[in-house]
Amino acid sequence: MSATLVKPRVAVVLFPGSNCDTDAVEAVEHAIEADAHLVRHDEKELGDVDLVVLPGGFAYGDYLRAGAMARFSPAMDAVARFAAKGGSVLGICNGFQVLCEAGLLPGAMLKNANLRFVHRDVFLRVETKRTPFTLTLTKGEVLRMPIAHGEGNWTVGRRDFEEMLANDQIVFRYVDPSTGEATAGANPNGSLDNVAGVCNVKGNVVGLMPHPERASEEILGNVDGAKLFKSFASSLLGMGTRVSV
Amino acid sequence: MRVEVRVMPKAGVLDPQGKAIAQALARLGYGGVADVRAGKVFRIEVDAKEPGAAREAGARMAETLLSNPVIEDYEVEVKG
Repeated sequence: MSATLVKPRVAVVLFPGSNCDTDAVEAVEHAIEADAHLVRHDEKELGDVDLVVLPGGFAYGDYLRAGAMARFSPAMDAVARFAAKGGSVLGICNGFQVLCEAGLLPGAMLKNANLRFVHRDVFLRVETKRTPFTLTLTKGEVLRMPIAHGEGNWTVGRRDFEEMLANDQIVFRYVDPSTGEATAGANPNGSLDNVAGVCNVKGNVVGLMPHPERASEEILGNVDGAKLFKSFASSLLGMGTRVSV
Repeated sequence: MRVEVRVMPKAGVLDPQGKAIAQALARLGYGGVADVRAGKVFRIEVDAKEPGAAREAGARMAETLLSNPVIEDYEVEVKG
């Protein structure tokens, strides 16, 4: 298959304390030949882009709560406007935490149940195809990706969770690769119902704790993460949502 | 005027820190510790003429930044 017809334009938001920003740029350049650039946290505009990535790291030192300070940066206002217009947003690890704090995704993060920083490969089951990042994947497909976090224990109130289930907002669950089942042993951080990634009601904003950008090149020994970016590139062919904010 | 904002994990929300502290206390020989919940206290000096205004300022800060309503409750006390 040839490269995408549209060269995707990607903004990666750089917060003070982000540390996976250039990894994200490299991953989308490599996986989908994207035209990617960094947007500083204090910038008010994202430019004309197809995708915004909030990268991993420790924005504002993760003081108070992970993502709590980052949500008030000017760039996040632009991200909220972009998301409201239907623009695709992917929050990875700390980026997921920021999206939750900003109210762009439901739920909140607690410290890992075992109180340890956990860094290892995990297995994720694709739970829905309704997001741009899972559109070309198969429901039930299992992907391997690394995690590296101390605060990834996602939770939400019972009633909100039931609403999310009804709305098909669970995107990834941690599973045992031998059975594909979401077991307690496969859950690295104690998250509610093994949730590893969620989306908003519309499906255009997705957050996940695992790092697809660290699993997007052959040289890294794993290209499962690139599947998310490739799916996104395919979604552009159908929707062509280039949103300017 | 000094305002104290106390932020605690909501009832029913898992508190891994509190749990670890309870286990540590038990290891240190403190018997009879049934439960520990760990929270945060913020002491904030605000420009306010009267306690009502100070309380309101503390509540606004708690709601916008100091607490996350999904997992935490807060209390505001004006310390004068």
